[in-house]
Amino acid sequence: MSLAALFLTVLAIAAGGYILGRRRALARAGGDRRQLHSLIGYYGQTVALFAAVPALLLLGVWLFLQPVVIEGRISPMIQPADIPEGASLGLVMGDVRRVASGIDGLIASGEMSAEELADLPPDGGEIGARLGAAGVALGAEVKPGVYAAALAYRALSQSSRMAMTVAVIAFSLAGLILSLMRVTPEFRARNAFERFVLVLLIAASLVAVLTTIGIIASLLFESINFFRLYPAKDFFFSLTWNPQFRGGSDLGIWPLLWGTLYVSFVALLFAVPVGLMIAIYLSEYASKRLRTVAKPAIEILAGIPTIVYGLFALITVGPLLRDYFAQPLGLGTSSASVMTAGLVMAIMLIPFVSSLSDDIINAVPQSLRDGSYAIGATQSETVRQVILPAALPGIVGAILLAASRAIGETMIVVMGAGAAAKLDLNPFEAMTTITVKIVSQLTGDTEFASPETLVAFALGMMLFVFTLGLNVIALVVVRKYREQYE
Amino acid sequence: MTDATAPATTRHGSLIATDPRTRRRNAAEARFRLYGLVALGIGIAALVILLTSVLANGVGAFRQTTLLIDIHLDAAVLDKAGNRDPEAMKKVTTLGYGKLLDKALAETIAARGIAVEGLSDKEIGGMISKEAPAQIRDRVLANPDLVGQTVTLKVLANGRIDGYLKGRVTMASAERDSNVSPNQLRLADALAAEGLLVKAFNWGFITGPDASELRPEAAGLGVAIIGSAYMMIIVLVLSLPIGVAASIYLEEFAPKNRWTDLIEVNISNLAAVPSIVFGILGLAIFINFAGLPQSAPIVGGLVLTLMTLPRIIIPTRAALGAVPPSIREAALGVGASKMQTIFHHVLPLAMPGILTGMIIGLAQALGETAPLLLIGMVAFVRDFPGAPPEGFFDPASALPVQVYNWTQRADPAFAERASGAIVVLLVFLLAMNAVAILLRNRFERRW
Repeated sequence: MSLAALFLTVLAIAAGGYILGRRRALARAGGDRRQLHSLIGYYGQTVALFAAVPALLLLGVWLFLQPVVIEGRISPMIQPADIPEGASLGLVMGDVRRVASGIDGLIASGEMSAEELADLPPDGGEIGARLGAAGVALGAEVKPGVYAAALAYRALSQSSRMAMTVAVIAFSLAGLILSLMRVTPEFRARNAFERFVLVLLIAASLVAVLTTIGIIASLLFESINFFRLYPAKDFFFSLTWNPQFRGGSDLGIWPLLWGTLYVSFVALLFAVPVGLMIAIYLSEYASKRLRTVAKPAIEILAGIPTIVYGLFALITVGPLLRDYFAQPLGLGTSSASVMTAGLVMAIMLIPFVSSLSDDIINAVPQSLRDGSYAIGATQSETVRQVILPAALPGIVGAILLAASRAIGETMIVVMGAGAAAKLDLNPFEAMTTITVKIVSQLTGDTEFASPETLVAFALGMMLFVFTLGLNVIALVVVRKYREQYE
Repeated sequence: MTDATAPATTRHGSLIATDPRTRRRNAAEARFRLYGLVALGIGIAALVILLTSVLANGVGAFRQTTLLIDIHLDAAVLDKAGNRDPEAMKKVTTLGYGKLLDKALAETIAARGIAVEGLSDKEIGGMISKEAPAQIRDRVLANPDLVGQTVTLKVLANGRIDGYLKGRVTMASAERDSNVSPNQLRLADALAAEGLLVKAFNWGFITGPDASELRPEAAGLGVAIIGSAYMMIIVLVLSLPIGVAASIYLEEFAPKNRWTDLIEVNISNLAAVPSIVFGILGLAIFINFAGLPQSAPIVGGLVLTLMTLPRIIIPTRAALGAVPPSIREAALGVGASKMQTIFHHVLPLAMPGILTGMIIGLAQALGETAPLLLIGMVAFVRDFPGAPPEGFFDPASALPVQVYNWTQRADPAFAERASGAIVVLLVFLLAMNAVAILLRNRFERRW
């Protein structure tokens, strides 16, 4: 039974449960609604919930765990002899999955019958040819061990699918019957229903916590795997980044860290003064009419996807900087550079800095301004000597948040900063960042056994720690500042 | 008695002529004001330049050069058996159609009396897109009766010829380019003068699938748009109920304790985690651990859902919190339970605000690129995914990823396509934000 059909079946059982629950409540009350504890709909809803939710939960958990369990049972079948030179168990397991799904595809399209499959020789050569003819791409030729494992994989996943269908429907029916049996006129259906809904609400709010746990777990586990293959000392202290696909790579984080910080620094160098001045102008000087036009216009910049900025860097800003600044000054010939990425990222950060600072400047009490004007200060003197010092902690918080955004930004640097990892001071040279290398190490065919791939998780861990640290500091600073005036 | 008649200071000027110090201070004031205005100008100019640059680069992608060719679909070549059986006709590959096309173009040129010196047959064939034979083949197979007739067909011109008409390719650049010769450009001029080489609105760009490296003229966004649409459906279906449920719990039910505090800090931190980290999560958990297929909209949708959730929860909580306590108290007063109060009264009143936040969250998810790169959406996909729900598991692309993909290709025609795709993306975003603003203005209540 396909997933959609199973899902619809469970929903149908729940809908049936709703009708049955109502009917039974009414029948048990002798046809008199006033005898019931709750409104009649609650009896139906309770039954429907008990029929649907546990079964769907089971379905989700089963789907999530099935591949893990099956793989655990299959992988011992793969002998070391089946693993080709230079490949790993993971790669062979990928082939096993592809062969299994390829066979499913052949049978589904009617190119091969189940009897034919049983008659095929067990050495796997024949099936490899058939799959190749059907356009299934395999990593290597099908070895006997792989073929046997694929057949076992197919059998296991079929029986697991079967068991899942039966279990889910049984679970759903059991929920229906058990909750139906509880329906009596005295049954507090509304209370039961509301408790159930509350549990669902709590579960929904836990998704965010689970996401964080998932992020930390995936980063941590793969980082540990990485440090098993590659010495942590070299990762943290080496000054070269030079991944090789044949092993012997240098995977020092410093060139990437330098590129990241340099690009972010250039971006903040442009974005902070401009953003801050925009905020000051809009909150202190601008007429109401200008404000209603200019503020949304600046905020449009914040709504533009980063891929647009990346393209802007790639086809407009990069060539422009190269042709009019870098080449005439003899500073470089690359259109991708720290300056390109930094400038474009600055445009992205301007609305971020300006809207955060705007809020903070507006939060400075009017009495401070009035006091300053009263002793004869001009408007700009008031801004510089009264408002900015008062708003400073908040502005520092805003700058830290902007820095965290700059460090974690991906598309602009992927398209604007280049891919060469080096430690250089020239801002018109191409440099690379942590995010660029995460993308380049994890894009394409990923093989989770080499340090060249796993290093991306260690880099991701660093990125996560950095941005989280900056955010936490920023929030603490901002919160402390707020307490002063409220 | 003290003598107070003596002036305390001599540094007071007249009211009419300002003294140097005041002038200095006023100048500083004017300068500061100017700085602010300049900063604002920089911000607005950046927006204008960004949008005009992308629009100017991208608008060309919406018009495509096509050749009008009178072609005789020769039965002797296309249907040797002569029974118009599509199965048998499938044996003729695009190569056969390509030869027919080349011949037809040469004949058309001869018939119109166009002569370009030193033009070889190969150069004439090179005028036509390599994608064109496949398109004609599909058309003939769909309608076998065409065989044997002479029809006037619109076929895609080669990307370089298209570039010449759009000003991207010039005679000087053609001298250096091995893919196009000046003779071909002269021929293009002649054909354009005859009205055989025309530009028309490029539907293929919006509906067609991606094309390979050498055929920029045929590359389209169809698969990417469908992939993005599938992902948005998944994000909507998952994040609306989960986000609203989580917000209701946190805003209305959660006791103020350490545990709730943890969840709240968690959500605000998740909103600030770099998007690429969510890509790593998707790769490690959904693909590597749970074994979901790479490049599939289901994985992209799940990753984007997790990313969008905190961004939805924050405005949703604000919308729920904005409903005044009087509404709740009135409902509780007439005997509703807390759950009934919230679901029957508070939630409907907060709905416009929730939907606005939801649409803005969706718009952000639509433009997100980095996490999708990691879960394999960069793969070259030409086949349209199937209908949902099975189609959610088929490989597909996504709009922003398609943009990135095209920028990685060598032919400059793809840069134009990438900008064109950005225009399509921005149109979708604009539409979504317009709906959000409309909803807010139409239904939002100030209490």
